[in-house]
Amino acid sequence: MIWIKNIAKALLAAVFLASLFAGYLAPAPYAKQFREEPDAAPSRQHWLGTDDLGRDRFSRVLYGTRISLFLAPAAALLAAVLAGVLGGAAGYLGGWVERGLMAGADLVLSLPWLFLLLAARALIPLNVPPIESVAITFLILGCLGWAAGARVVCAGTDGLRNSDFALQARALGCSEARLLWRHVAPNLRPILMAQFWISVPVFILAEANLGVLGLGVSEPLPSWGSLLRELEGLTAISGKPWVFVPLLLLVASVTSFQVLLVDQEVPS
Amino acid sequence: MRHLLILIAKHAARVLSITLVGGFLALALTRLAPGVDEREMDFRLSDESRAAIRQSHEAERNVFRFYWSWLQGAVHGDLGISQALNRPVSELLSERLPVTARLLGWGLLTGWVLGLGLAAPLAFLQSRTYDLGASTMAALFLCLPAAVLALLFVLWRAPAPLALGLLVFPKVFRYARTLLLQSAALPHVLTARAKGLGNIRILFWHYLPPAAGQWLALVAISITLALSAAVPVEVVCDLPGIGQLAWKAALARDLYLLVCLTGIVTFTTVVAKSAADLVGETLRPAA
Amino acid sequence: MKLRRCALVCLAPLLLAIAASAQGGGQLRFCLRSDPKTFDPLRVEDDPSERVRYITGGFLMRVNRLTQKLEPELATSWKVSKDGRTISFELRAGVRFSDGTPFTADDVAYTLQRMMDPELHSATGDAFRSGEGKLLTKLTAPNKISVTFPAPVASLDEKFDQVAMMSARSPKKEMAVLGPFYVADYKAGAYLLLNRNPNYWKHDEQGRPLPYLDSIRLDIQGNRDAEMLRFLRGDIDLVDTVDPEYFTRAQTEQAGSAHDAGVALDPEQLWFNQSASSPIPAFKRAWFRSTNFRVAIWEALNRDDMARLVYKGKAQAAVGLLSPADKFWFNASLRTRPYDPQGALKLLQSDGFRLQNEQLYDGEGHAVEFSVVTGAGNKPRERMATMMQEDLGKIGIKLNVVPLDFGSLIERITRTQDYEACLLGLTNMALGPDAQMNVWISSGDNHQWNPREKQPETAWEAEIDRLMRTQASSLDPKKRKEAFDRVQQIAWEQAPFIYLVNRHALSAISPRVRNAQPAVVQPYVYWNIDRLAVNAEAASK
Repeated sequence: MIWIKNIAKALLAAVFLASLFAGYLAPAPYAKQFREEPDAAPSRQHWLGTDDLGRDRFSRVLYGTRISLFLAPAAALLAAVLAGVLGGAAGYLGGWVERGLMAGADLVLSLPWLFLLLAARALIPLNVPPIESVAITFLILGCLGWAAGARVVCAGTDGLRNSDFALQARALGCSEARLLWRHVAPNLRPILMAQFWISVPVFILAEANLGVLGLGVSEPLPSWGSLLRELEGLTAISGKPWVFVPLLLLVASVTSFQVLLVDQEVPS
Repeated sequence: MRHLLILIAKHAARVLSITLVGGFLALALTRLAPGVDEREMDFRLSDESRAAIRQSHEAERNVFRFYWSWLQGAVHGDLGISQALNRPVSELLSERLPVTARLLGWGLLTGWVLGLGLAAPLAFLQSRTYDLGASTMAALFLCLPAAVLALLFVLWRAPAPLALGLLVFPKVFRYARTLLLQSAALPHVLTARAKGLGNIRILFWHYLPPAAGQWLALVAISITLALSAAVPVEVVCDLPGIGQLAWKAALARDLYLLVCLTGIVTFTTVVAKSAADLVGETLRPAA
Repeated sequence: MKLRRCALVCLAPLLLAIAASAQGGGQLRFCLRSDPKTFDPLRVEDDPSERVRYITGGFLMRVNRLTQKLEPELATSWKVSKDGRTISFELRAGVRFSDGTPFTADDVAYTLQRMMDPELHSATGDAFRSGEGKLLTKLTAPNKISVTFPAPVASLDEKFDQVAMMSARSPKKEMAVLGPFYVADYKAGAYLLLNRNPNYWKHDEQGRPLPYLDSIRLDIQGNRDAEMLRFLRGDIDLVDTVDPEYFTRAQTEQAGSAHDAGVALDPEQLWFNQSASSPIPAFKRAWFRSTNFRVAIWEALNRDDMARLVYKGKAQAAVGLLSPADKFWFNASLRTRPYDPQGALKLLQSDGFRLQNEQLYDGEGHAVEFSVVTGAGNKPRERMATMMQEDLGKIGIKLNVVPLDFGSLIERITRTQDYEACLLGLTNMALGPDAQMNVWISSGDNHQWNPREKQPETAWEAEIDRLMRTQASSLDPKKRKEAFDRVQQIAWEQAPFIYLVNRHALSAISPRVRNAQPAVVQPYVYWNIDRLAVNAEAASK
């Protein structure tokens, strides 16, 4: 198993360093259009071929990594923290607090938040840099992504609140705050990790899907989400296996993180 | 029995109140968002016709008045007329709900069978290699855009519920894996294993019950996750369900449809949660 | 001799039947992109309803999509009065609706009165609305009617191409039709089944009754990928409008099925917001109001590359406001503006702009940067906007591409005016200038770059107003053409719209389908639906 972890570390390090040094590693600027070579197959000049506007796909993958591997996990972390705080508070305090917060979670899961995103887009000036616009989108996604995890956290906290060790701690004079922080919260970590791992690719894909409504990354800035959108379309998915590289990279990155942190998910 | 009836009544009241609030908030959100009737761009129309189109949306300006009048109609079975499809909303829903219900039913079953089926061996095998393989497979489907998966299913003429199941199972797997691994470390499970109990018996009698609340919560959220995954599946596979309807309603800012669909989704979400809570409360031993 | 004659008499019906079955029978299958909103022909506004109307409707006259000439249908002849207000029809005798109700002049009167009802707000009716007042109809015989409009209507006869006749008496209301097919079955979200109209009046040159087909099945299929897949599998027989990337695939996988009828009517265009009421900074408005600025942008954009990359060569650089596909109205003296970034830069410099460190600045020192809004999810437009970014970057202009959901986009360009430039396409359902009056008249709501002007703000807009009104009130085709040629010339010179490309009319037709002659006016393939046929082995399915 050590060798699997070493491979995962090497892969993540490579992805991280490649995105950091994209300016040096990319064979061409991500926006440059080689208009005589659209939809080109992989070659020495273009390692992953070009897209339909002749832009080097490898360069776009490198630069897209920055957006997706920084913003999506940040949003997922925000969602996990909110799920932990709100779900934990609901489960621990119970009563009206639990009922109110879980009703809020149900509403967050049910409402068409698309319109909130559209309203946010309307408020952002038209000439704002693309990175700011997509950062706002990820921020909103993070603020809205807590509800599903909060439910499970609430149920878990409810179970832990009256467990044997909690009773023992209280009998020994442990305050509720200390009990929550030192004894209950660590047992919620596995669920929150699961929530986090689910959210990262979900948010990357959400950014891609929101691009259909003008809420994703603006041209010419690439992201993994916009690169994954290349897969949509009959002509895209047949005869061009290299367009699947961003998907494989995303799967490999997410799996590598999971391999490295798998011990954190197993309760001690 | 009386206690159970009181519990059911409380949950029913909760479901109704949250559904009503959900409908109103959906209306408010839609009015908050920018967007006007697309017909205003039709340059064949005269200025008077365009003014008439704007006038027809005047009633929607005041969300309170609009919602109140919609509620009054809804009580009598009149859910309004869909502007996007020019048909009574009640007709549209009665045609499309069964399609989505079938898709969700089979999709959830597939998702749970795959998710739990993939996670359950982890509780017994204690194999990191298996864990890695299962996690990678789940990660693959988690990272695959729903529209691409649905398109592949159209290409292979495979049943759409299976596509939905493949979209739901990674999330079920991820949570189920964590819950099973948590339970595996509990003392009574170790004792049961040491005493030589069979894996299936341990799974159903010793793994699941201690985390029943969380499992029930997972069932409830998987229904919500399936509902949202149903939208791209129905759109790409052209299934005339409420997911496809929701997409059209969102693009057209069809208020009557959006209020009703949000009501349905909220109702389903809250009922699932309430059912999970009720079962949990019933199973919980008396203090 | 007697025996031979006898044999001929006996064999003739058999031969005729064989010939008829060789042409006739079978079901044609294709798709609609969404459910039709209405079957009432006068309330049609959306594309699927329009297509159903085309197939089921009976029209007094129709524009032949191939020759672009007006042809008699339910009206055997017509005459437009000198003042352009009255049109008199002589109707075909012996015609019945699909339910057997006779068609008479009463039905024409009923249809037109209903169409012009101001409460109906019919897009079809609005095309005839040129002044206040009531419509007058006068039945001079059971099959003769004259219709007088309150004011002269330009191209009065051609407008009847969009008016499907309705029955005044039939209990089936709008479901009783005069076209080759009628709606037999409709399952919302799934399909629409159209059956052969047994009372259809038309016959072919050999005297055989039309239509040749028994039925048409229209599946409701919103997803274009799935539609193309189904075509390649043989589940459907045609795709009326094919995207360029699927065209190439159809060409590769099913030789002979992909058809390029040539350049179509529809342009893709860019315009700048010149409205005084817009919230954009005054210095930007000053740029957009400069003709040199607009022309420079036009010439800085490589439209040939857009046609080649975005449309896979199935488009061509646009000339002006009309496409060459409009054979009569297109001003053939106009030429495509050249791609000339150096010339563009010189034009900008003549307006006081200067290039410094690869960034263009105006005379007041503002960096030239603006945004272009376009419909999100429309991949060709998003791609063209991205190419514009690179082209304008070469002359130091920073362009921000802002895709917006369509409802938000329309709100900005029709109500709030909160945008700087917009990239959209135009769908020309009809030939000629009439449908574009609202766009070119300066007081019009759809005068996109500066809507609802109280009076024309520039001399050239005033000239366009005058010319458009002249051509709208004249009955002389030559005079109308001269006036509209001049409008096209002014539009080319002043560039309120920057015309990028004209798409080609691309379609996919299964080899099983016969008599298809793709045209460049929509519907591309089934414009002659009553003469389409499917092969005998397909007919037996």
